[in-house]
Amino acid sequence: MVPIEYFLLLSALLFAIGAAGVIISRNLIIMFMAIELMLNAANLAIIAFSRMNNVVDGHVFVFIVFTIAAAEAAVGLAIIIMVFRNRESINADKFSLLKR
Amino acid sequence: MLDLLIFYFAAVFAVGGAIMMIMQRNPVASVLYMVVSLVAQAILYVQLSALFVGALLIIIYTGAILVLFLFVIMLLNLRGEHFGDKQSNMGRTSKIILSLILFVEFAALFKQIGFADRVGTQAVDVAEDFGSVEMVASHLFREYLYPFELTSILLLVAIVGAVIMARKDKTDREREEA
Repeated sequence: MVPIEYFLLLSALLFAIGAAGVIISRNLIIMFMAIELMLNAANLAIIAFSRMNNVVDGHVFVFIVFTIAAAEAAVGLAIIIMVFRNRESINADKFSLLKR
Repeated sequence: MLDLLIFYFAAVFAVGGAIMMIMQRNPVASVLYMVVSLVAQAILYVQLSALFVGALLIIIYTGAILVLFLFVIMLLNLRGEHFGDKQSNMGRTSKIILSLILFVEFAALFKQIGFADRVGTQAVDVAEDFGSVEMVASHLFREYLYPFELTSILLLVAIVGAVIMARKDKTDREREEA
């Protein structure tokens, strides 16, 4: 059996990669997917803790997080479509209206 | 031993897919790398005896959510000029260092919690049907029935929100006619 710390470290690594994706990438769709990756990293940690403590409750939480991720994807992609329709771009650097 | 081997195999693919995903400029390639990462993560779920949730990860995430991403990319009809210019190396390096610091912080946090003296570190033996559909379902529909019902409202709100957001409103139509 693999020690639980390995899974926790892996989930921390995946979360850090997701955070890096949000700040490095300037493509709105890739930024959005990096956010999904961060959600998944948290899910992995929840599953690992659930296994560690021998309770199934964590699986229920992950199930609900999946639902939230689906809702988030639906609304977020609708926002991206709106933004693209108005500004003809999905480059996050182009949206600097509030910067001035 | 085999467990550890499978873990390393899946971990390499999960991390490699994630890194490739954020390095791409073309969102389609990015989605496909995300699929690689998610399937590897499903293997890890199964290793943690979360069979049902691992299957859900593949069905819902790669089957539905990522296909939705692909669908939107296809709908937007992106071309090369939409992907933005190359970033300066300086800015990119500083951002990578910043996220490395985040990882180190997390690792330190997990160390600080101190799993070493906890019983659960070496993963207790669990029941044969731990994480099976029956076990998760009985928890979901008994103890967590109320949150489960609330998620249906959440989904309804998301559907209505997405429809209202993506619909062409009146001013758009007038602009097109003009």
